[in-house]
Amino acid sequence: MVTKLEVKNLYKIFGEHPKKALKMLDKGINKDEIFKKTGQTVGVKNASLAINEGEIFVVMGLSGSGKSTLVRLLNRLIEPTQGQVLIDGHDITKVDDKELRDIRRSKISMVFQSFALMPHMNVLDNTAFGLELSGVNVQERHEKARNALAQVGLESHANSYPDELSGGMQQRVGLARALTNNPDILLMDEAFSALDPLIRTEMQDELVRLQSEHQRTVVFISHDLDEAMRIGDRIAIMQGGEVVQVGTPDDILHNPANDYVRSFFKGVDVSNVFCARDIASRSSLTLIKKDSSEGLITGLKLLNENERDYGYVIDKSQRFLGVVSTISLQDVIKNKQTLSEAIIDDIQPIAADTSIGDIISIVAHSPCAVPVVDDQQKYVGVISKARLLETLDKEASV
Amino acid sequence: MSTESNPWATASDDTGAAESTASNPWGGAASTQNSDAMSMSASGTPVEQTDFSLLHPFQDVWIPLDSWIETGVSWVVTNFRPFFTAVKAPVDATLTAVDSTFNAAPPLLVIALFGLIAWQLSGRRLAIGSVVGLITLGAIGAWQESMTTLALVVTSVLFCIVLGIPTGIAMARSDRAAKVIRPILDIMQTTPAFVYLVPIVMLFGIGNVPGVIVTIIFAVAPVIRLTNLGIRQVPSDLIEAANSFGADKKQMLFKVQLPLAMPTIMAGVNQTLMLGLSMVVIASMISVGGLGLMVLRGIGRLDIGLATIGGIGIVILAVILDRMTQSLGQDARQRGTRHWYETGPIGLLLAFKK
Ligand SMILES: Nc1ncnc2c1ncn2[C@@H]1O[C@H](COP(=O)(O)OP(=O)(O)OP(=O)(O)O)[C@@H](O)[C@H]1O
Ligand SMILES: [Mg+2]
Repeated sequence: MVTKLEVKNLYKIFGEHPKKALKMLDKGINKDEIFKKTGQTVGVKNASLAINEGEIFVVMGLSGSGKSTLVRLLNRLIEPTQGQVLIDGHDITKVDDKELRDIRRSKISMVFQSFALMPHMNVLDNTAFGLELSGVNVQERHEKARNALAQVGLESHANSYPDELSGGMQQRVGLARALTNNPDILLMDEAFSALDPLIRTEMQDELVRLQSEHQRTVVFISHDLDEAMRIGDRIAIMQGGEVVQVGTPDDILHNPANDYVRSFFKGVDVSNVFCARDIASRSSLTLIKKDSSEGLITGLKLLNENERDYGYVIDKSQRFLGVVSTISLQDVIKNKQTLSEAIIDDIQPIAADTSIGDIISIVAHSPCAVPVVDDQQKYVGVISKARLLETLDKEASV
Repeated sequence: MSTESNPWATASDDTGAAESTASNPWGGAASTQNSDAMSMSASGTPVEQTDFSLLHPFQDVWIPLDSWIETGVSWVVTNFRPFFTAVKAPVDATLTAVDSTFNAAPPLLVIALFGLIAWQLSGRRLAIGSVVGLITLGAIGAWQESMTTLALVVTSVLFCIVLGIPTGIAMARSDRAAKVIRPILDIMQTTPAFVYLVPIVMLFGIGNVPGVIVTIIFAVAPVIRLTNLGIRQVPSDLIEAANSFGADKKQMLFKVQLPLAMPTIMAGVNQTLMLGLSMVVIASMISVGGLGLMVLRGIGRLDIGLATIGGIGIVILAVILDRMTQSLGQDARQRGTRHWYETGPIGLLLAFKK
């Protein structure tokens, strides 16, 4: 694995006298005390990370833990106080303004939580903005922008203005703008936090797809556990400006480094508070069984296109029929069998009014998100592991 | 200076002889203008030698400010004459060009042009309003003066924009510059218009060119302030986004800050224009021509008719110019279109060509 982006002993102190604060940090005095004594804010403290080429690296942490500061240090939107940021082994904290601009124009792009689209430019010009700054001529940049817009499914809105689009569409434009430069590294600061959950899942899928197509390195900031577990190859957890743990979602889940990390995943007994219906999410991919044909191949295509391993089969009246996987579908297509034979028997739906306490072990042991049905066998939604953990975590923090 | 262009000549003839210099506020000015602009303070209190008494402590002047200023100004005038001439030259040239264009053009052409511009900037209603207004101006016999006033205002505003927008940008870019410039603007804006006239007359003399200079000084503040404000108000996340895509300073200014600040800057231009118009009128006291002079002469001669015509002319001009520039400050969105060239006569022309 090649290291694309490396951060070595990086510090950021906000204020007039960073040196003073650095010295105090060396003595082991903590962030709050330094602020009380000197008025200097420690944004990031001694962060060291190595981010691999082609991975989605998620940075998580509570509000104020320094996530935004860290990600802005990576493209020097914020000047580091001390330490190194290496892109392909090249220290960008040492380069001059011109070189920094070139790096920003060609190697590293950013997507913002607030979208930050130019209100006076239409979608096409917004998308082409990065290339415009690089001095690419109109025709070429518009062509590339159109390509990027096509990737996010917004070609038809090229001539609209940002304020005519929904939040989700605006963020697609933000994503397309970042992709137009064809950067190696994509920085995303809570890029999807302003979107509603359904759109958010959709955007996450889209990001994962775009990332896998071009093997881009993505640094994704999030404070949402569900999101982090869903898309992250590795997760870094920040606390008070420090990176306290880095690892795969599983690592962190199983061996939390300290109580702070544990608290992200900590659950309390909520068995009697919520039932399955309350937390079931409808965002999963459902396949509708039609009377006329089996639709095996289209089903498989749908799953593959959305990069899902499992599909939830319902009929036209929303009755739940079962779960199929890409593998089971491929098998029955090969053996010329019917859809009902593709259904995986192991995965049984749970009733909508089952309490959460009773579903934890079912969800934990299921290979995929567990379907939930109501008393008329109608499909309600699914509960994924991340979804369940998030609920437990929210419950814990109330 | 001829009696013809001196509004006070008649006034002092009527009242001057009988009254003392002290009770006639114009006496000093009039005599100054007639003799030499430099002896403004000739009517100042004579310093007499009397014993100091606590009952009348200010009988004697403690600080002879007037004579200090007199010597100071005459020193400045003699030593910096090339500077003042250099300042006057571009103003003079522009004013002459604009003025002769407005005055030489056939009135109907000017009216048609105004109508078209108003249509383009705002809409058909303002276009009709402007045409009717301008025809009224001509009909009541104030055409010549209106064009002079218009030329003065247009020249002043041109200079205000040329000087003001870069100054505003400098203020927005550097807090140090802002700190230095802001108090100067405060002084320029809080000093009553009337007071400006004195130093300008001393330094530049009287007539249209000093009138334009005084107007520029009086009216430039809003466009500077609002340019600064507009640029500083550009949302920081947009600045950050532009930076993250590698914008340099020039690109930041021209592609992000100025376009987004434009409505605010245009609101500044509108304010500057309005202040300019009022100053051009007041500046008639230093013998600047146009509608203001009409009013002034009307008052001086107790000719209510003349003064009213001048007044109406000023109001009509003010309304037309105000409406035209106000629509510049509006977001295109509010007017229902994205680009100025999609509406008005040009939009019509383009649509026709297609
Ligand atoms: N420009 C600044 N000047 C001073 N302090 C700052 C500045 N920017 C951030 N900070 C401080 O640095 C710390 C980290 O802030 P940061 O924005 O990185 O947090 P975050 O993890 O992104 O939080 P959130 O999830 O709320 O976005 C905070 O204590 C904040 O007050
Ligand atoms: Mg943040």
